[in-house]
Formats: sequence, C-alpha cells, structure tokens
Amino acid sequence: MADTQFAQSDAYLSALIREVRSVPPAGVSLTMGRRTFFKLAGASAAGLVLGFRLGGTAFAAETANVDEPDGKDQAMNAFIRIAPDNTITIYSKCPEIGQGIKTSFGVIIADELDADWNHVVMEQADINPKVYGSQGAGGSTSIPHAWDQLRQAGAGAKAMLVAVAAGQWAVDSSQITARDSVLTHAASGRSATYGSLAVAAAKMPVPDPKSLKLKSRADYRLIGKRYRGVDDPKVVSGQPLFGIDVQLPGMVYATYTKCPAAGGKVRSFNANEIKALHGVLDAFAVDGTGMMVEVMPGVAIIARDTWSAFQAKDKLQVDWDLSEASRDSTSQFSAEARKQAANFPQKPDDNIGDVDKSFANAAKTVEAYYEYPFAAHVPLEPMNTTAHWHDGVMEMWVPTQQPDRGLPIVAKVAGIAPEKVVMHQTRVGGGFGRRLVNDYACEAAAIAKRVKDPVKLQWTREDDFAHDFYRPAGYHQFKGAIDKGGRLDAWQEHFITFTADGKKEASGANLTDNLRYSIKAPNLRRAKTMFPLRIPTGAWRAPGDNAQVFAAQSFMHELSLASGRDHVEFLLDAVNRDVPELVPKDRTVNFSPSRATGVIKMCADKAGWGKTLPKGSGLGLAWCYSHAGHVAQAVELSVDANKRIKIARILVVLDVGPIIDMAGSQAQAQGASTDALSTAMGLKINIENGLIQEQNYNAYPILRMPFAPMTIDPYFIQSDNPPTGMGEPAFPALAPALGNAIFAATGERVRQLPLRDLGYSLAV
Amino acid sequence: MLTLTINGQSRDVDVPEDMPLLWVLRDHLSLVGTKYGCGIAQCGVCTVHVAGKPVRSCQLTVGDVGTRAIVTIEGIGSTPNGAKVQKAWMEAAVPQCGYCQAGQIMSATALLDANPQPDDADIDAAMAGNLCRCGTYIRIRRAIKNAAAKSA
Repeated sequence: MADTQFAQSDAYLSALIREVRSVPPAGVSLTMGRRTFFKLAGASAAGLVLGFRLGGTAFAAETANVDEPDGKDQAMNAFIRIAPDNTITIYSKCPEIGQGIKTSFGVIIADELDADWNHVVMEQADINPKVYGSQGAGGSTSIPHAWDQLRQAGAGAKAMLVAVAAGQWAVDSSQITARDSVLTHAASGRSATYGSLAVAAAKMPVPDPKSLKLKSRADYRLIGKRYRGVDDPKVVSGQPLFGIDVQLPGMVYATYTKCPAAGGKVRSFNANEIKALHGVLDAFAVDGTGMMVEVMPGVAIIARDTWSAFQAKDKLQVDWDLSEASRDSTSQFSAEARKQAANFPQKPDDNIGDVDKSFANAAKTVEAYYEYPFAAHVPLEPMNTTAHWHDGVMEMWVPTQQPDRGLPIVAKVAGIAPEKVVMHQTRVGGGFGRRLVNDYACEAAAIAKRVKDPVKLQWTREDDFAHDFYRPAGYHQFKGAIDKGGRLDAWQEHFITFTADGKKEASGANLTDNLRYSIKAPNLRRAKTMFPLRIPTGAWRAPGDNAQVFAAQSFMHELSLASGRDHVEFLLDAVNRDVPELVPKDRTVNFSPSRATGVIKMCADKAGWGKTLPKGSGLGLAWCYSHAGHVAQAVELSVDANKRIKIARILVVLDVGPIIDMAGSQAQAQGASTDALSTAMGLKINIENGLIQEQNYNAYPILRMPFAPMTIDPYFIQSDNPPTGMGEPAFPALAPALGNAIFAATGERVRQLPLRDLGYSLAV
Repeated sequence: MLTLTINGQSRDVDVPEDMPLLWVLRDHLSLVGTKYGCGIAQCGVCTVHVAGKPVRSCQLTVGDVGTRAIVTIEGIGSTPNGAKVQKAWMEAAVPQCGYCQAGQIMSATALLDANPQPDDADIDAAMAGNLCRCGTYIRIRRAIKNAAAKSA
C-alpha cells in the first residue's frame, strides 16, 4: 500500500478530530422550514417497505409519516410533530451512543416549547444534514453545536401555536402563556391544548429564528432536572434498538475478514471449501479502496445466519500478501522512545521566554519520563451494519457516531450518488470514538452490492480488537524549573509520538490544546519526535487528553513537591499566571483560568484537602481543560504491601455550564471516571510485527463490578456559560489524580500506564 | 427440528444442535434482546436463564439445552423478581449505552431469585461476569439493593 493512502486516511481522521474538538460559537439556525423537510423526508423514504421493528411500528414508515400533510400528526418543523391527543413527537438528530443525547435534546426542545414532558415521545431522526446540520456525536460537541438550533425549534413551534390561538381568541399573542402543552389567556380564562391547535399551527409561516425570544435560565422548567433515559423502558425489556438488532425479511448474514496485519492484501483463499460449508451461501474476495477508513482488502462470507458465517470464518484460510502490511512493534517503540528521550530536537514547536536561562537560575529542576500504551475502544456492541441494495438505492442501518459524514463515504465506496444512500440511525452500543469511523458501514455497502438480499455484516469481537483505530501510545520527557519563590518557572517537554504520513502527527497523536493553554510556565519549550506508524490510530474518548493529562498533571505534582508548596496552591498559582503567549487566540476556545480555579478549589474543598490520613492512605488531585469543560478530580485511596489499591472515594467537579439532564450528567461523570480508572489500571494493546496481541476481553481487563468504586461523587458548577458536552471531560484528570494519590500513600511515583504493569491491582 | 421452551412458549427451530443458543434466539427466533459481545463467555451480554440458572448463551449449544425452560430478557418481566429489577433499573436510571443491560438484568434477577437479600460481596460475585464498558456499576449496585429492599 502506498504511503499516500495511509496519509489520506489519516488526514480524514485528523480533520475529523480537529472539527469535533473545536467548539464553534453555537448558532446553527433552522435554515429550512417544514415544507422542505416534507420534501426531503419524502424523498429519503421513497421505496422503503420494511421495518426496523421499534415498538411494533415500522421505523421507516414512522419517518415517512411526516410526509403526509393530511396525517393526524402535524409537523411544526423538522424536530417536532404534534398529535390531536397532545402527544408531542420530538426527533433527536444525533446518534445516541450512551451519552444521553436523545434525552437531553428532547429536554432542550420541550423546555422552549413548554411541552408536557410526560407526553413527549422521542424518535431518532434519519440522516439529512441539509435539514438538520451536523448529525454527529463526537468530541462532546452535540450539545454546544445544537443548543441554539434546538431551542429555536422549540420556540419556533410554540410561536406558531401562539399565533393561531391569538387569532382565534382575537387577543394579543403577548398575553398568551404556555405551560405543559397548553396555551392560556388568563384575562378571558380561555385555554387550548397544543394538540387542538396543531392543524392550524402547521399552516402558519415558520418564524425567522432570529425573531424568536429564547428563555433565560430562570425560566427553565425542564432543563436541569433529573431524567430517566427516554429509551430505558425498551433497554430493560430487551426490545430491538441497536444496529445489531436490525432484522429484515429475507436477510442474510455476512462476515468480513481482513489481514491481521494492517495493509495486507488477499492473494487467494479456500473458496471452494468455504462455499461448501453448512449454511454458507457465498464467499468472495473484496479488493476494497485501500483506505483504512473505507474498505481494506478482505474476504466476505455470506451465510444464512451469524453462526454459520462465524463457523465458516474459523475455517477460512487466506494467503495474504504481506509486502505492504504493518510490521509495527510496540515493544520496539517503547525501547526506542526511551533511548531518544534525552535527545531534545533542534527545532521546538513552542518556544516561550528563555528556558535555558530559567534552568540555570532555578532553585530546583526536576526531570521525569512518562509513557502510556496503545489502547483499543472495544465498545460492547461489535461493529455491524445492515445494508440493502435495492432499486438503485443503498439503504442502511448503521450504529455510528458520524452518520452524516459516513453517508458520502459510503456512496463513494458503493459508486453511487449520495442521494442514493438512505442511512437510518440506530441506537449505538457504545462509541468512545471508535464509531467516528464508518469503515464497517463501507464494508457492508461493498458487500451488499454483490448480494441480492438485505445483508447484515457482523464483526466478531476478535475483528474489533484487530481492526480498531487505536489510541496511540505516547512518551514524554519532561524537565521543569522552580524559581526561588517556589513558582513554576520553566517547562520543557520532549513528546515522542507517531506519524502516518511522515509529516505531522497521526490521528489522535498530537499534543492537545488542553496542554497548550493550561500549562502556564513563563518559559516553555516543547518539541516532538515522531516514529512512523502503519497501524491506524484515531480518536479515543477525550483524544490526546485521555493520556497526556496523566503525564502532565502527574509531573505538575512532582514539580509542586519540589517547590515545597501545597499542590493545590501550586496549581492555582500556575493556572493564573499571566503568560500572554499562552492565551488562546482562537475565540472559540473557552479556556478560562477562573473556571479552572473554581473547579480546583471546589474539588479540594469537597475532598477535605489537607486532612490527615492514616499511614498507607493518600489523597490525590488533578485537573484538566478538556472538550470545553473545566474539571478537577480527586481520589482517596489506600495501598497495601502487595500494591493492592483500595479506592475509598472519587470526586469529580465539573464546570460545563448549565446542566441539561442532571441524572444523565451524573452518569457521564461517574461513567467517565470509572472508564478512566479501568483504563489506567489495566488497558494496554501490544502490537508485535504488525499483529495486535490482544484478541478478546480475556486479554483486555476492563473493570468489573467487584473492583468498581462504591462511590463517585459528581459536583457541577453551573456557570452562566453556554452548556458544553459531558461525554469526555470527566475522563482525563482521573489517572493523574490516582497516580498522585498513590504517591501520597506510598511515596512511589507512577510514571507509566497501565498500573498493572507496575504490579498494582485494585482490591475487591 | 428442535423444540425449545422459551418464555413459557414452545418454539420449533430448524438449526444444527451445535449452534449456540444465542444465535438461535437472535437469528432464528427474532429474540434480539439477548446480545452478542465476545463469543467466549467473558462479557455476559448474552446471559439468559436456563432452568432458572444464569448461563452465557454464547457457550451453550442449543442441543444441550434440551427441554429445560429458557427465559430471556423479553420474558423476564413476567417473573416477580425480573419485574422488580427492571423497575429498579429505570428508577436508578442505570443504562448509558444500554447494550450490556439485558445481561446485567438477567444476572441480577438470578441473584435475587437465589438470594433475596444480597450483600455487596454477593453482588460482586453474581455480577462479576457482566462487563459494562460505560461504567454503570455504581447504579447497578444501587438498583439491585433497591430491588432487594422491595422484596423484604
């Protein structure tokens, strides 16, 4: 495979990560009214007959319903339909991957609409960026991107209802109040349900979004309360929701087998033997596009059920052409990084003040080397896509984080116009960044074009481990200086990372903005060394931050100890330093020293910072700015003689602006902290000669119930800033807080992840 | 042709005897609430009850099930403890992505069937085979305790 092809894949992912990481000013407007939506919904639903059974209703038919102007439900806009019985259907435009967006989006719209939440039904919107704008879920951006748009959708629909009532009652619309899906004119005692007004309201002109007055925080009725997930009743009763649950009449099942070493190509395979196996309908090689983010070469097996396909896959023998395949080795990377760490590159990326002078005049200097491994995403729902090539249309059901971006890529792979791809969103059994890439959807499209029936491509768990877009390993050689006043004076960092194209960092392998803004040393110098890498990398929950913050905030703790000052005091001093070169120039970056100060102080306060703990116990704290959130985390623990760690308590303090769904936000804070603990303790992908060594969960010890903390206490500083996402910020600061607590308890510094490589384990 | 008893109903299936129960449920009986996660009994998302005991259906061949009664997530709400557990799950807003929760609920219900008042160690032991990638364990533990409290 040509290097350029790796580079293209990498450029795609890097652009994607940049996009999802930068939070533009909120303000996507409702650029299209409902009439356009009718047209588009009608077009996209054309030719659909079948149903992804959701609560007994055909999924496609549900959407097509919107196209019936004479139907009972009235569409106010692309997000809201109102039925005569006052049931309000709200469409969530972005994928539900466990971040709770289907609930939060509903709450935002329903609040502005003044709807009765008890009679709101949430549905998943189909993919139509022309109507909805961005429909992705990544980088904790769904809430900040959609905040204005959703509120305008709610307020716009309410304005249409109010206009009808004002006309019918011959009163001024300003005298009409709305609450729980009922409009009231207090002076005359008249009232009407939204349902009774919907037919007329749907004929009203769609208001200009700029003309709408949105609620202020004091007016919220729904935002900020606790909600049960809107799909929870279906989740707990096992109803079909996920991509893997899609079943279509006449459907067949497929597996796809790629070279275990990324980049290998199919020379030949035992086709005759495979095709003769029980339940197997067909088997064929696929050339693919040679792009990791699309379709790499492989062998498709089509069978009458998943088990037959899996059985045949076990017997598949492929002669792989390995001439261009990966020979990457993580043990070699690790050894080489250690060797090169001391060779600070000639050309720094950042160079502020005079680092050499600071080191020469310092009261103390500290040096340390940190490293962390590759990691896999492995969400519990293995990759899958159901695709049906019929009537010149590629109809697909894809559990993905980026359906809107995936659609044109699928079209390209299938060799058809994007208008000929109909992509249905399903619930997604975990994202964590893995499903920002639509490779499995592209494979399904390539396979579906050669199969006359609807086909479900099902990856095995082993496929998922072997063909991920991994969190890259990283190696940091730090040197810091403390001045005579005990302040952070210099920060030098040699970051050893990876490149796919030989020019810039591979996806997810760049030093993040978080560190650029939050390590405010008046003298600062950073440079990087990049190792060539063939294994694809990508965005893994809180890309970059998820491991770099461990290195940086652990080293900050080392520096604070050298300074002789209290860690929290040292952090607060450092974050509030006036270093003009480190103030973000990009106005969409909302990093704020005062918000950082707020979360650090509150976390220290809630954790009882400074309290005396028994011998063998320790309290550690760290903070980060990640994905527009300001976060501090604290861990209190004890460590026994066998390096068994007993977690007493975890605290997480976040400032992400106002909270939409308090229960969901607490869940994200607890879940991300648990994920971070799990990852820091045990997760590591080893690669030898291009082969991923870990093939299933038995070799990749994701945290289990007996080791889960009994309490993780989330606190929120609900500032007046616009709300930002909760999917990622509560991850990065946990690992350094854990390491700092271990140091406090034992005096042993953790400079390497995972902790199990250092002999640590969690106590039951 | 094999005859299975699933959620109180008799179901005929034309599959090889060595097919794991998981794939018979999902692909041949459209009972897709039982999930595929790892195929090697490591993650627990495929947990069902056979003769009242929690089993990983990815490892149990349909031939070995025989005439024993199978209960899946689609039927567990018809049992007293299953209904209690489902309710407790919703009250505690346990699910995040939700993919593991069918298996978690099947394990939790089997625990309460065997031990109406489990302590933390009992919960650890009963739930250790069920992975949650989202990290919902704190709420799972609380939901199990809440469901148990309603049994008392």
